[in-house]
Amino acid sequence: MAKVLNCHVGIGPRAEGEALVANDNFSARYDLDRIGGVFSRPEHALAGQSYVDRILVLNTAKGGVATAWMLYEMKSRGIAPKALLLNSANTILAQGAALADMTLCDRFDAGDVTQLIKTGDRVKVAPEVGEVTILNPSDP
Amino acid sequence: MKLAPEAEAMLAGEMGAARKWAVEHQLQVGRMFDARDLVEVSQAHMMADPESTGEAGVRLVEGFAALPAEERRVVIPMITDPRGVDLDYYDPLGQTEDMANMERRFIAACQSLGITMTNTCINYQTIMPPVRGDHVAYGDTGVVIYSNSICGARSNFEGGPSALAAGLTGYTPRYGLHLDESRRATRRFKVNRQPRELTDWGVLGAVIGKRAGSYWEVPVIEGIETVPTSDQAKHLGAAMASYGSTPLFHIVGITPECETIDDVGGAGLPAEEVSKEDLNDFRGTFGAAGEKVDVVVFAAPQLSLIEMGAVAEHCRGRKRHADTALLVCTPASVYVDAKSAGYVDAIEDFGGRVLQGTCFYQQFAREIGEANGWTRLLSNSTKIVNILGGYGYRPALASMEDCIASAEAGRIV
Repeated sequence: MAKVLNCHVGIGPRAEGEALVANDNFSARYDLDRIGGVFSRPEHALAGQSYVDRILVLNTAKGGVATAWMLYEMKSRGIAPKALLLNSANTILAQGAALADMTLCDRFDAGDVTQLIKTGDRVKVAPEVGEVTILNPSDP
Repeated sequence: MKLAPEAEAMLAGEMGAARKWAVEHQLQVGRMFDARDLVEVSQAHMMADPESTGEAGVRLVEGFAALPAEERRVVIPMITDPRGVDLDYYDPLGQTEDMANMERRFIAACQSLGITMTNTCINYQTIMPPVRGDHVAYGDTGVVIYSNSICGARSNFEGGPSALAAGLTGYTPRYGLHLDESRRATRRFKVNRQPRELTDWGVLGAVIGKRAGSYWEVPVIEGIETVPTSDQAKHLGAAMASYGSTPLFHIVGITPECETIDDVGGAGLPAEEVSKEDLNDFRGTFGAAGEKVDVVVFAAPQLSLIEMGAVAEHCRGRKRHADTALLVCTPASVYVDAKSAGYVDAIEDFGGRVLQGTCFYQQFAREIGEANGWTRLLSNSTKIVNILGGYGYRPALASMEDCIASAEAGRIV
């Protein structure tokens, strides 16, 4: 039975994919090898893992402003996450998602999204209404 | 969102494709943060190094640059953050002709839009600091946190695309730090150890930023007994923004919106101590005494004229170790003054190199590191040691004085 999570209205198109989840933060500049498509920062909870075409589920944004360009640049090469779901986005992630036309949602009613969604869950995101559906919840 | 008639006309495409793109971008971002309307801004500052923009970003701006003048020119003073390539010095750094060409194309496109290429992240020290209550659209987190906190101006973190949108429209969505309620303190920190040199201020900023940990938290700091210099406040803010994505802080009795803790609504917040141990523990994560150092970097933020003078003073009468490079990043405007003051010559006599209009971490740091075989990097910037871990470096932190002594010894002193 699918499980629906409500969140704030987000940005970008509808998206569906497999979740990659960690209770850690996100910056395209600080954390990623954007050529290889993997988390490269050794201290990151997802170090070494590929983010390509995944629905990334993380806590919040960190660091600087570069991510606003980088999401667009990553998407133009097809080496990008499919969507970003966060407890709290910052302005830069919103601006980057808007430019890249990448799916982004945050502020989930039911609490910590990094606990609500598990790695490997199949997830459908409808940012225009603020709704995320876990299609095969391991913990229904 | 409510739009002024002029912005409505832009949205309808009556003022060209670039302004239409800009208002559409602002509406998307504004909706996400529940903005009621747009607010007029007096200046825009754009971060857009070629490593971040990539080919895609350069093409976007080139597309706008090809429009007729009345459709493409920015409508407010708009300046730029550091570039990724110093076009007078890139081959020796291991940067390629492709990188330089991307930079040349982007600069040409920006100039066609009427953007002034200041290439600086210390515009609040060198160009036109904003005034208290001034709504601006600034990029570079260090610029934003300083302008909000020390100047009392009002800006969100505006990434390159949003700063460009603000330049094209003269507006930005009114949300976040443009609103009084978002500027009130949410976390209260008590300091009982006074920072002294620049890196002490950076470490304090990093510890507070890490603990605050979100764009939407506003730290208020108690216990600072001396008014920081502009350079000290710069390192405090840059580090806090880097570790916490923090865009605003208050210091009781020092920053303009916080004469007393009541001014920012902080009196009812539980006080969290920042102890000597907290600061030492943080420093411990970037300590590497005795190890060989490949490159010493002064950047992030770019150096003011006063910092250039201090680096030069430490360099006089000494020489760097043959296996250790020294790079110093400063805006072109500071370079001119530093040259005439003899600071550039002193740094070059030591064996260092002063780069103009760039900042090391925005310069394809991974590729530069690989080309030169640099892994162990030493800096007095608490911000840069945070960023470069993801770029394949093993960064270490020391005071300016110890950085120069390490460059001389070839090992971290």
